[in-house]
Formats: sequence, C-alpha cells, structure tokens
Amino acid sequence: MSAPLHARELSALPPLFARWFASRGWRPRAHQLALAALAAEGKSALLIAPTGAGKTLAGFLPSLLDLASRPTPKKRALHTLYISPLKALAVDVKRNLEMPVAEMGLDISIETRTGDTPQNRRQRQRREPPDILMTTPEQLALLLSYPDAQEFFGSLAHLVLDELHALANSKRGDLLALGLARLATLAPGLRRTGLSATVAEPDALRRYLMPQPPEGEALSEIVVAPPGALPEISVLTPAGSENEEVRIPWSGHSARHALPAVYDAIRANRTVLVFVNTRSQAEFVFQELWRLNEDALPIALHHGSLSAEARRKVEAAMSAGTLRAVVCTSTLDLGIDWGEVDLVVNMGAPKGASRLLQRIGRANHRLDDPSRAVLVPANRFEVLECEAARAAALEGAQDGMVSRTGALDVLAQHILGCACSAPFDPEELYGEVRSAAPFRSLTREDFGKVVDFVSTGGYALKNYDRFARLRPNAKAEGDLRLRAASPAVIQQYRMNVGTIVEAPMLKVRMIKRGGRRPIGAMGGRYLGEIEEYFIDQLVAGDTFLFAGHILRFEGLAETEALVTKSNDPSPMIPSYYGGKFPLSTYLAARVRRLFAHREEWQTLPAPVREWLEIQAWRSVLPGETNLLVECFPRADKFYLVCYPFEGRLAHQTLGMLLTRRLDRAGARPLGFVASEYSLAIWCLRDPGLMHERHELPLGELFAEDMLGDDLDAWLAESSLLKRTFRDCAIISGLIERRYPGMEKSGRQVTFSSDLIYNVLREHEPDHILLRATYNDAATGLLDVGRVAEMLKRVKGRILLKRLDRVSPLAVPVLLDIGKVSVDGEANEALLSEAADDLIAEATRLV
Amino acid sequence: MAYADTQARKREEGIRATAHPSLRVCGARFDLMPEGAAWLAAERLLVVADLHFEKGSAFAERGIALPPYDTRATIARLEALVARLKPDTLVALGDSFHDMTAAERMSPEDGARLARLSRSLDWIWIAGNHDPVPPRAFGGAVMEELRVGPLTFRHEPRAAPATGEIAGHLHPCAAVRVRGRRLRRRCFASDGTRMIMPAFGAYAGGLNVLDTAYDDLLPGFDFHAWMMGARTVIPVSARRLEAD
Repeated sequence: MSAPLHARELSALPPLFARWFASRGWRPRAHQLALAALAAEGKSALLIAPTGAGKTLAGFLPSLLDLASRPTPKKRALHTLYISPLKALAVDVKRNLEMPVAEMGLDISIETRTGDTPQNRRQRQRREPPDILMTTPEQLALLLSYPDAQEFFGSLAHLVLDELHALANSKRGDLLALGLARLATLAPGLRRTGLSATVAEPDALRRYLMPQPPEGEALSEIVVAPPGALPEISVLTPAGSENEEVRIPWSGHSARHALPAVYDAIRANRTVLVFVNTRSQAEFVFQELWRLNEDALPIALHHGSLSAEARRKVEAAMSAGTLRAVVCTSTLDLGIDWGEVDLVVNMGAPKGASRLLQRIGRANHRLDDPSRAVLVPANRFEVLECEAARAAALEGAQDGMVSRTGALDVLAQHILGCACSAPFDPEELYGEVRSAAPFRSLTREDFGKVVDFVSTGGYALKNYDRFARLRPNAKAEGDLRLRAASPAVIQQYRMNVGTIVEAPMLKVRMIKRGGRRPIGAMGGRYLGEIEEYFIDQLVAGDTFLFAGHILRFEGLAETEALVTKSNDPSPMIPSYYGGKFPLSTYLAARVRRLFAHREEWQTLPAPVREWLEIQAWRSVLPGETNLLVECFPRADKFYLVCYPFEGRLAHQTLGMLLTRRLDRAGARPLGFVASEYSLAIWCLRDPGLMHERHELPLGELFAEDMLGDDLDAWLAESSLLKRTFRDCAIISGLIERRYPGMEKSGRQVTFSSDLIYNVLREHEPDHILLRATYNDAATGLLDVGRVAEMLKRVKGRILLKRLDRVSPLAVPVLLDIGKVSVDGEANEALLSEAADDLIAEATRLV
Repeated sequence: MAYADTQARKREEGIRATAHPSLRVCGARFDLMPEGAAWLAAERLLVVADLHFEKGSAFAERGIALPPYDTRATIARLEALVARLKPDTLVALGDSFHDMTAAERMSPEDGARLARLSRSLDWIWIAGNHDPVPPRAFGGAVMEELRVGPLTFRHEPRAAPATGEIAGHLHPCAAVRVRGRRLRRRCFASDGTRMIMPAFGAYAGGLNVLDTAYDDLLPGFDFHAWMMGARTVIPVSARRLEAD
C-alpha cells in the first residue's frame, strides 16, 4: 500500500482528507474519487468492485466530505443511512468507519440500529438521530412505520446499500425497494450509492437504485473498479500415480476421499476457509478433519444451526487470527473482512459461477494479490461442474439474474406499514410503489386488491368491512386517504415486520434402539436441529446423514426427531439434499457444453475422461441443446433416465409430473429419484418400448402442457405449497408470526394455516394470497419456471437411447437410490461392492 | 368454484362407496362418518359437535382476517350429510356458534342457508359454553341435555362413570405414527360407555386425547380413537397413540 502518492489525485480532496490518506500511506483509488465526484453533483451511483477494493470507504467518502464541510449543528439530523443484509456487517463497517473519522478529528456521530439494539437506545435514536446510522432492511421498514418518519428521514442526504447483489433479488430486496420508494418521497434530494460485487447484469441493480419514472426507465450512474488480480483456482482430483486405490466417487456429496488432501492444504496455509453447501455436510467435514487432525490445529465450525453465541465466538477467534481453518456454509459467503484468509476450499461443486467468485473473494482481501481457491468435487458429475465453474471464474463470467417481480405478500406488509406511519392516498401510494423497480409492472387492479387484502382480507365475500384494518381518514371533503384503524393494528404490524420466516426446526436426538414409546425417555444425545420439512419426508427406518453419522429415523416426539445410529449400507431414503442451492442455469449450460466438446476434456482426470468415452460408446453423450433420455431394464424394472441439468428442485417437480403421466399411460411407475443433473424413474413397463409402439411418444410425455392440469392437480395436494402458503400468510400479515416462548410451536401454526389454506382454496381459488403462493412456489421450491424453460428448449429435440443395461452416465443417479455415503470403513467397503456391480454392468464393453 | 364442486363430488362418491365403521355406546350403534358426524340409524338421528360458526369472523374482529368461508364450508358438509342420510333429527352438541354475536356477523346468504337446513328436519341445539343461549333465528329447539333411550346428549362431558353420554366440547384429535410418519387427525373417542365427538367446524382446532384434560373421562388406555380419514374412519387403540 506504499505506492507513490499522486499529487493530482490528492488535490481532488480537501487538505484534511488528503493529509489523512497520506498519513496512512494510501492514495485514494480512482473509483473512490469518481464516486465522490458523482455525489458532489447529487448523482446516485452503483459501485461494482471486488472485495478488498476499499468499497466501504468509497461508499462513505461522499458523506464524510459533506459532513466535514458543514458547520457544527445545534441539533443533529440524520444525514446518511447505511443498510446491509447482515447486522454483523453493520457493526463491523461502523468500526471501520470510526477510524478515519477519529483520525481526522471529524465531529460525526455514527450509530448502529439492529434487532439487538436495546429499546431505550432505539427510542433515543428517534429523538436524537446520529449523523450516520447503520442498519438492516427490517429496521428501515420499522423506522418508516413511525408517525415521525417524515421528520426523521426528511434531512436524509445519502443512502448506502451494501452487498446489493445479495439483497436485491429476494423478498427482502422487495421490502427494501419499497422502503427506498418511500424514502424518495420523504427525502426527494436523496442520493443513493449501491455497493456490489461483480454481477452479470449491473443494469438490474442500477434500476433498483433509482426511482423509476412512469414511462421508460431510470438508471443510476455506474462506477466499475478495476478487477483484482486473476484468482488462482485448482480442481482437486486424486492423483492416480501413487495411490491407484483412490478413485473419484460415482455419487455422493461427502468428498470423504479428498479430505486428507484438504487437511494437507490447511497445514500448508495460514488460514483456510472451507466452504460446504449444507449444514450436515459442514458437520461431516468438520468431524472428519478432526479425525485427521494429528497436529491439533485450531479448526472451527460455523453454520446456521449453531447458536448465535457459538458463531460469534468463532468470528472473534477468526478476527483475532487464532484459527487455522473454519468449516462453514453460506453463512460466511458475505460479511466481515478477514484479511488473513489465504486459501478458500470449496467442498463439492459451487453450483453457481457468481457464488464461486463471491467465495473466492473471501480469500486475500488485499486487492493486488491473487485469491487462491481449491475446488473439491465429490463425484464425477461434480468434476465436470467444477471444471466449468473454474473456466467461468477465470473469465469472470457471472450467473444471470432471473429478473424478479415484486412479491405481493411483501407489498401487503409495506402498505400496512405506510398506514401505520400516516394516512395515505391509495392513488399516490400506487405511483410510489410503481417507482420501485421490482413493482414496475404492478397493475392498478392488483394494487387495489392488495390494499383490500390489507384492510379486510380482500375476499369476494364482503363480510369483514366493519373489522377493516384500514379506515377512511375523511378529514375533509375529498380526502381519500386511508389510515390504520386502531393502535392494535399498528402493534400487530410492528410485531410481524420482515420477510424472513424461520423454517420450523426439530431437535435431533439419538436414542437407544427398541424404545417404542420414547416420549420422556430421558437422556439421548442432542445432535442439533434440522428442518421440520426434511423430517416430514422420512418414514421410520429411513436413514440420513446428520452430524457425521448415518442415522435411522425412528419417529417424532413433540418437537424432537428421534434417531438411532445405523450402519445400514443400502438405506431406503433416495438421497440427502446434496446442495441447498440448485445448479445455476448458466453453469448448467457450461457443463452441457463441456460434454459436447471433447477437446476440452484434456483438463479432466483420466477416470472421468474414460467414463465419458465409455458413455459415448455404450450410449451417447448429452448434447448442448437436446435432451438425452435413456431406457433400460434392470432387476425386473424398467428405468427411464433423462439428463436435463436443471438442478434438483426442478428435477423433483419434473419427476412428480412425469410419474403422473406415465401412470396414466399405463407404464406403472414405481418411484423416481432426482439429482442435480439427471432424473431416474422406474416402472413396471418399458417406456422406451411404449414410445416405439407409439403408445406413449416421448414428445408427448415431455410436452409443455404438463405444466397445466397435472401441475394444478399435484399442487392441490402438495405439502410444499401449504408450506409456501404459510410463509406468505405470515409475511402478508394474515396470520401472526410466533416468537420463541409464545404459546404455539411452529408445528401447530402449520396445522392451522393448512386449515385456512384448504378452505380458501376451495372457496376462493383466485384469492390474491393464493396467487402470491403460486408465484413463490413456481420460482422457489418447485422451480416450475426452470422446468418450463427446459421443456421449451428441448421440444422436438428429445433423443431416446434404448439400452440393454444401465449406462455409465446413469450410474450416479441410480446409486443415489441407494445412498450418499455411509459411516465407517466396513460400510464403505459394502457400498463399494454394491457400486462395483453396477459399474461393471455399465462399463462392460460387450 | 368448479374445482371445489368436482372435489366435493369425488369425495362424496368415495364416501358412498365405503362401508362405515360403527361403534356401540351402551349397546346403541353409531355409524361414524368421515365428515365427523355420528349416525344413530335406529333413531334416524345424526349428531355433530362444535360447529363453531363464524370463528373466522371472530378472528377478523381482532384484526386477523381469516377467509370468511368457514361457516359455509361447515354448512355445506352438513347439507351433504343430511342429503345422504335423510335423518329425522339432527343434534348439534353445543358450541354451534363461536360466540354470542356470531349470528349477527353471519352473511345473510349463509344465514338463510342454515335456516333452510335446520327447518328441514327436527333440529336440536344443545347449549354450549360458547353459545349458552343459541340464537333463535335459525329455528330448532334449544336444550341443555337430550335423552334418547340409554343415551344422554350434552355439550361438556362429565367425569366417569357417565354411562351413555354423547358429548363434544374437547375437540378430540389423535396422533399416530404409521411407518414413522406422523398423522394427526380429528377423532371420535370412545370406551363403549361414552363417546366424545370431534369438532365439526372448518376452523376448529384439536386437543390430543392423551392430554390430561381427558384423564377423568377416559382413564387409562382402554379406549379407542376413531381417526378421521379422507373416506372412512379408522379405529386406533389408545395404546398406539402419540401425545402432542
């Protein structure tokens, strides 16, 4: 950082600031000055910069310049508002900002306001605001709902949105966008600065920042910092030379085979972040690393199921530089800068190009040194995915963002919030809401329905008018404004603000085998918490991986899932959720391309290359644009395996729909299993033969119309939809959020929201809240949008390959029918044997 | 509403095609309907409990605007039962109205529909704790208790022995694990000397039969929960049940 100072650059700053930069031996970066210059003209801007580029200082420099040049005020008024997705980040950024403020001796007050801020300080902050306030989207919504919002925000000059790429494309982002629209009304001169990592479509964020005009579109200015040094990324594959025994697994997500090499990497570096995709994987990797940890290196664990206190301890140790490695989930994708991290290890495939770049950026926040990362594929498909991701990262390619339509349940929450602050004119509020980019295409009719929903539930049966939560203000002739009907309504809003609905969790407790009625059975080891919906899918006797064990599910007792230890090598449950994030569309296309381009196979390890060669010889390779469907008999059943590469969620939906169709056509399907890359369905009749006899042409089986009636019929009964409805009902304020210690557990809320869902679906299927639910499910848990795009893409391009036995490419998904990985060496051997038979069958050349 | 109609028709067909299990209380035989009603064929008498009309609007009054269709959903199920079984008498075992002002909140359409139904047969409103004085607007007789042969119909069950008592009030439900999957349903609870009826109302919640509230009513495990399935009712021994 001791580059020679450029007098010209420094002269752009007031002497006080120039001296400060000089005293640190720094020089202001071009993008920092560019932002300051734009701010001086009152312009809003998006800054795209890699980590370590001084983004935070860039965002605040305009505010500091402003505030330094003003006379000392008699009473402070809010000047700058900073919003981050993480409260920890708000606290950290405050600390970072206090340094220049103190060193330049500026009279600027900086405070944070999060869910942890004590009540008395929050009240004081509203009376006596600081110059700069650091907060979260939820706190902004709350502040906007107070009657003094106009007074509080009227003086606001500058807004800084951190990690905007992570916020914008979510329900939280919708809530924030509506808050921004409100702020634009309260503080018309407000200028905005968005801070973002590199994204594929910066224009989406530039739109997000700006109030959108009724016609056309407004984009903020954009400043792009030079990218950092090119990252060094390698894909870890077991070397064949010394250890011929190690092979790249055909399936599974544990990457157990690679952990000795990961441990060596931890030994060879100063501090390593080991990213995994799921919490249970984090547990598993952590435990395995400690088994290998002969040097007793300080290796820690960080994931969302750990208590906040445990996480804070790890973060503090990390800041203090006392850890050599942290095994973590996406909880550390964003957040505090730890300068000392010199290597990022990504266990499993990264699922998206942008996610990988984000994670790589966590290593080495010094801009000019390359970040170093190692990708560790857990199976053969993941080798391909890692290679595709590496190529994308080196090109700096990003996943495209699905452009988001603002959620109606979030809008409902916002409208109630507005009413809590002051009476509003629906016509004016509609205009304001439409100025928020995610809500640009909201129709007046839908807006009206949401207002009705907020007021009376918006039902076709107008029975609730006298209980309306919104009342005409009617202070004067022609006053069309609506106000909150009572203080109770306002109280209700404040208790329920926010868009994050915690999934109900169940404790996992290990019990002794054989207890039939284990309620009250004391003892039993507490292993952690797991999502209720995961447990709901299990049947007694199913096994799953948690906390590094294969567990046998025994049943539920109150809010606990009771499990016993298992060593069953061929468990019943098809597979554990491999990654929470589905494979991104962009990365999927790159994987398909890798299949189609043999010349790119040179980077692949020999076993993977051979696997593809034999696939080409025994069957055919999936192409860039077609859909390969293989049909083959195996053990009295007929398998249909297809390779859409659209991610597990989309494949599960596709599996549900195809199974219904196959059933109707008389193929007698028995079950299916979906992976990130492929889908296998097994039937009693041969769908391949049925196709050739024109009984069931594949073109019809995969026709787009499956998204019509079949989807509707399935959705009606889907527990996924009921769960989505519950979330929408809570966010929209129809039913109240429950807090820990309140009378009902999540389990009971689910029960009652199911009753409501059933009655509403039967009597008013077009209700606005059901529409919000379908929209959510289509983009979320069901990924219907992606299924639709895939069906359109492959229309007329379905390639059927009828085989006499399983193909090499089908082996991984068929192994998933068995299991992920198993506990203990003996079982590993058992599984290997089972796999060998299948592989021998698949790769036999005659 | 085409969807709702089709669903209702399918369900109705399924129910007709299924033989209904029965239980005996002091020798009197009840057929148990999956909608949550009991049919005393010998007397052509149909019993339902805890209709809780206008529970939805009671929440709406407190700012939680649940869909206002619970009353009509409940009436529609009653109409279907009456059309199928053609009872001479219908006994509503109390808490038919969620509170004292429920009738005022009911939509005129739903009110007319209920009045039409209740006047089509002998209708008896047993008084409950939510509706000690059921509204007169819908016809029918109001009683504290009704005796029919060995049976006594009342709202709130009394401590054992209560020979021949048919009561509601508690909204019994039961939970059982089948191949590890937990199923929680409304149920009829009976030990042969008494029967506690499930709540019939669309938004009525449930209280697990293993809760201490049942201790004086169905002591021990010598009773069955007749759990409501989609098309039939399934008896499950209390020993197999799970608490909440």
